[in-house]
Amino acid sequence: MARMKFLCDSDRCIECNACVTACKNEHEVPWGINRRRVVTINDGKPGERSISMACMHCTDAPCAAVCPVSCFYTTADAIVLHDKDLCIGCGYCFYACPFGAPQYPRVGNFGGRGKMDKCTYCAGGPQQDNSPVEYIQYGSNRIAEGKLPLCAEMCSTKALLAGDGEIIASIYRERVQQRGYGSGAWGWRTAYREELAV
Amino acid sequence: MLIKRNDGQVARQRLASAYQGLSGGGMDRRGFLRQAGLGGAGLAALGTLGAGRARASGAATGVLDHAKPVTRVKNICTHCSVGCTVTAEVQNGVWVGQEPAWESPINRGTHCAKGAAVRELVHGDRRLKYPMKLVAGEWRRIGWDQALDEISAKLLQVRERAGPDSVFWLGSAKFTNEAAYLYRKLAAFWGTNSVDHQARICHSTTVAGVANTWGYGAQTNSYNDIRNARTMIIMGGNPAEAHPVSLQHVLAGKEINRANLIVIDPRFTRTAAHATEYVRLRPGTDIPLIWGMLWHIFQNGWEDRDFIRQRVYGMEEIRKEVARWTPDEVQRVTGVPGEQLKRVAQMFATQKPSTLIWCMGATQKTVGTANVRAYSVLLLATGNVGANGTGANIFRGHTNVQGATDLGLDVTTLPGYYGLDENAWRHWARVWGVEYEYLLSRFGSKALMEMPGIPTTRWFDATLMPGEREKTAADGEAYVAQPHSLKAMMVFGHGGNTVTRIPESIKGLEKLELLVVADPHPTTFSQVSGRRDGTYLLPICTSFEMDGSRTASNRSLQWGAKIVEPIFESRNDYDVLHALTRRLGFADRMFRDIETRDGKVVAESILREMNRGLWSIGYTGQSPERLKLHMEHQDKFDLVTLRGREGTPVAHDYYGLPWPCWGTPEIRHPGSHILYNTNLHVKDGGGTFRARFGVERNGETLLAEGSWSKGSEIEDGYPEFTVAVLKRLGWFDDLTGAEKASLERHFGANIDRAAWSTDLSGGIIRVAMEHGCSPFGNAKARAVAWNLPDPVPVHREPIYTVRPDLVAQYPTLPDRRGFRMPHLGQSVQARSAAAARDFPIVLTSGRLVEYEGGGEETRSNKWLAELQQDMFVEINPADAAARGVRDGGWVWVSGPENASRVRVKALVTERVARGVAFMPFHFGGFFQGEDRRKFYPPGTDPIVLGESVNTVTTYGYDPVTFMQETKVTLCQIRSA
Repeated sequence: MARMKFLCDSDRCIECNACVTACKNEHEVPWGINRRRVVTINDGKPGERSISMACMHCTDAPCAAVCPVSCFYTTADAIVLHDKDLCIGCGYCFYACPFGAPQYPRVGNFGGRGKMDKCTYCAGGPQQDNSPVEYIQYGSNRIAEGKLPLCAEMCSTKALLAGDGEIIASIYRERVQQRGYGSGAWGWRTAYREELAV
Repeated sequence: MLIKRNDGQVARQRLASAYQGLSGGGMDRRGFLRQAGLGGAGLAALGTLGAGRARASGAATGVLDHAKPVTRVKNICTHCSVGCTVTAEVQNGVWVGQEPAWESPINRGTHCAKGAAVRELVHGDRRLKYPMKLVAGEWRRIGWDQALDEISAKLLQVRERAGPDSVFWLGSAKFTNEAAYLYRKLAAFWGTNSVDHQARICHSTTVAGVANTWGYGAQTNSYNDIRNARTMIIMGGNPAEAHPVSLQHVLAGKEINRANLIVIDPRFTRTAAHATEYVRLRPGTDIPLIWGMLWHIFQNGWEDRDFIRQRVYGMEEIRKEVARWTPDEVQRVTGVPGEQLKRVAQMFATQKPSTLIWCMGATQKTVGTANVRAYSVLLLATGNVGANGTGANIFRGHTNVQGATDLGLDVTTLPGYYGLDENAWRHWARVWGVEYEYLLSRFGSKALMEMPGIPTTRWFDATLMPGEREKTAADGEAYVAQPHSLKAMMVFGHGGNTVTRIPESIKGLEKLELLVVADPHPTTFSQVSGRRDGTYLLPICTSFEMDGSRTASNRSLQWGAKIVEPIFESRNDYDVLHALTRRLGFADRMFRDIETRDGKVVAESILREMNRGLWSIGYTGQSPERLKLHMEHQDKFDLVTLRGREGTPVAHDYYGLPWPCWGTPEIRHPGSHILYNTNLHVKDGGGTFRARFGVERNGETLLAEGSWSKGSEIEDGYPEFTVAVLKRLGWFDDLTGAEKASLERHFGANIDRAAWSTDLSGGIIRVAMEHGCSPFGNAKARAVAWNLPDPVPVHREPIYTVRPDLVAQYPTLPDRRGFRMPHLGQSVQARSAAAARDFPIVLTSGRLVEYEGGGEETRSNKWLAELQQDMFVEINPADAAARGVRDGGWVWVSGPENASRVRVKALVTERVARGVAFMPFHFGGFFQGEDRRKFYPPGTDPIVLGESVNTVTTYGYDPVTFMQETKVTLCQIRSA
């Protein structure tokens, strides 16, 4: 099976936010929930760089390790998903996640949290693939249709890559060799416990 | 702090009161819609549509039934001019999903934030749902018939009393080509030249300046061709935000060729973040910077002498002006160090091919036309025009601003840049099958028929000033040179907040007797003024809900197919214009050759009529059938050359048949990917510089010397082709009998004067090409444009300048008149010195990636609105510290005219230099601190509102096009 990963080429990301609205569009993500976002460092200064961020679908995902109700599971493609029917909205995963991926709708008073939501790698949830119930809880399931996540597919400069880790790593390596620079696959050591050697 | 561009923080729960259903609260969209169906407040209007309609339009979004078939429909993104293909998935009449359009050679599946969110435009809860009318300050729903009856009656009444020129027809760069053409035609049949659109405020100066240099005012190459460049300068543009998908091609050039990517801009933009070299200049000093580069180029002999000798007129006069711009003087005026400029000049001149990319930083200036001419001269001096990887890559702003410009939504010309003289009118009378005398009878006079109309930057001046029959001695020069001032305004697809001097435009709005806004959204026009009556809103569908072609910035035409039926009660432009002209009494004549089917206008038939008339720019070969074939076979074009692959149905064609696509569709000209490219045969898309300015000046030839396009039988310069020229060359008898008969019929005794651009048979063009010649001649480009106010571009300080010490040496133009109105220059600049004391910060404006234009449409899109919730001003940390301004705090930004001020959030950043502030121009709905949300028709207010930067922008117009000055004015900033 493939080992699905995300890779953001920060030398190409221009913070156009296509990934963010593509995600909203594909899954009808409600206002206030951001499965993906673009983070910019050194904003407005030389060295400004942007990186598109979402759940990285980590190896031995820390969110799963801390979940008190064990709602997380990893698919055969190594995509980290969770079961909203089990989730109790405790927020532990948010503290454990190195990428700030988990999102919670605010329900009721005193900041009461609803069930966690995050990037599904466009792979839906535990229900039957591409069923209406799956769509309502998790959004669409492109993986089941043989498609990749829409955020990466629509990236304006093809900075954000999604797909099998080996393949996207080789695309990135080729790119870096051709152009002569590359600041590396950001987040890979944290998420996948490996560096991308060029 | 919710200004996302600063810290990337997640925006949430800010807009609870404005957007209750969707903000926080844990309710998803469908939950929200379910509740709304039970009588919730947010979508009250939907209830009136009946359950079936509501389901088909707004409610059932995104739920794809995988058991049922899905239709894929291709259309073109309605935002910027890159021309990204949008692939829509439609099921049961509902647009349920967007898929990447991998096959498009332009966007290759990708989008920016706006393109990836366009589906929402066609589900938008905040669209205008039915026609509305303002009655004693209250919005009332009315029917289409009532709206059109009342509007047309009022128009005819105004016409009766004050003449046809008292109505201003404002069109749109978001029109399809067919709608733009119809709208221009409508103004001609109505009898006025006061018909304009957004090109006036984005690239009118480019069109004027570039056309006056080498023939056509359009991007010479293409986005894709930038992949061939070895040096790119982006000057006065921020494509990373304004044209994100273009960066795919720019970065490919940078990466694959290891090209130099130089960004010259007062702001360290998102584009600059990816540059190999960034040059910061003082706003408004583009010409000194270009001349400063040329100083080094001439000094070191880096210019392309062969190119200049063969293909450029007047470079010697440029040298004289350039000699004044020594590195020291350039640094004194622009702030750019000589060493850096020398390095940039050397790269541009010697590491070729080089391209110069520009946008509104160059054009929206009091010296806009002169700026782009200086840019063009730099390209000419270094021989960087007419070949792969070179050229003036002018990125236009809107989806179809190139097309709408080509189709004459402009106060100075009929479709195809024919101008307004009698020959032009007679040409179009022939195409339209009406008598010239009939068209003449529609105008106030022959003089008014041939006089440029009122530009959209000044419509409110033309409303507030009296006409010739209304003025008194006390008015002096402050009058409009037409019988009456403007009394009525028709606005189709144009925001109200993108033009400078809003406090004055509000007064203009209040004085109009009739205001009609025809748009998918009510726009700021609906709420910004104190109007209480005589205002109508007509819901027009987006281009996704209709058929039609659009012309991308690179001159490629793309056919968009209707994705879904117009939602709510909206209608498309064609049908609304048809219904309106029926009531105005000239539909029979105007739609004589345009087909209607089941009462609906057929877009293809409009394009066919355009094909029959637009010889001058080669919009004649792009038949609907050919365009549809290209959309069907998008995957068969090369990414870099845009050429159709051998053995495919589109072999040899360039993608989208970029104009000029000469002759009739039947002769299958491939279009012209790169203009003025002498390396190719003209039948293969090659060409020469256009012989547009005569053949000789002061005894010196204006025709090319020793340069011709490949395969030309005339191996030297030649003038444009007429019947007389054909006869002299002995080529007249190459015309077919049918072609000769057409010429005889239309020109009779004057047949010798029939030209390539007015010959309706296309015979002259065909014969010229058979002999390898460009129909428009083979001339030199002009470095000196003797018909413009500054034949050689010279530096002129901005009208409101922070450097009053430079005004004496570099003054703006004296006060003058233009476009029927006074045009003030030095008298306003004289106030600068005083203004600079109280308003010490340069204010400039520009785009954000999430929004577009006036922003009403994009600020109504919840996926985009969430990303940018606050209007802001960028201020340098030093200026902020001196004023006690805190990042994220509220400030008042005040301007030197009209005691204007806006309340916005401060974004403290080094992106702007000390003494410079930046504001985006997409916001509206607040005015000088007042929230005007309640004045929108209920349910149509955009999610995000904010102050408009143009509340504080000031006077200042380019002398050639009346382009507004939005890039350099003055302001003061204080904590609020």
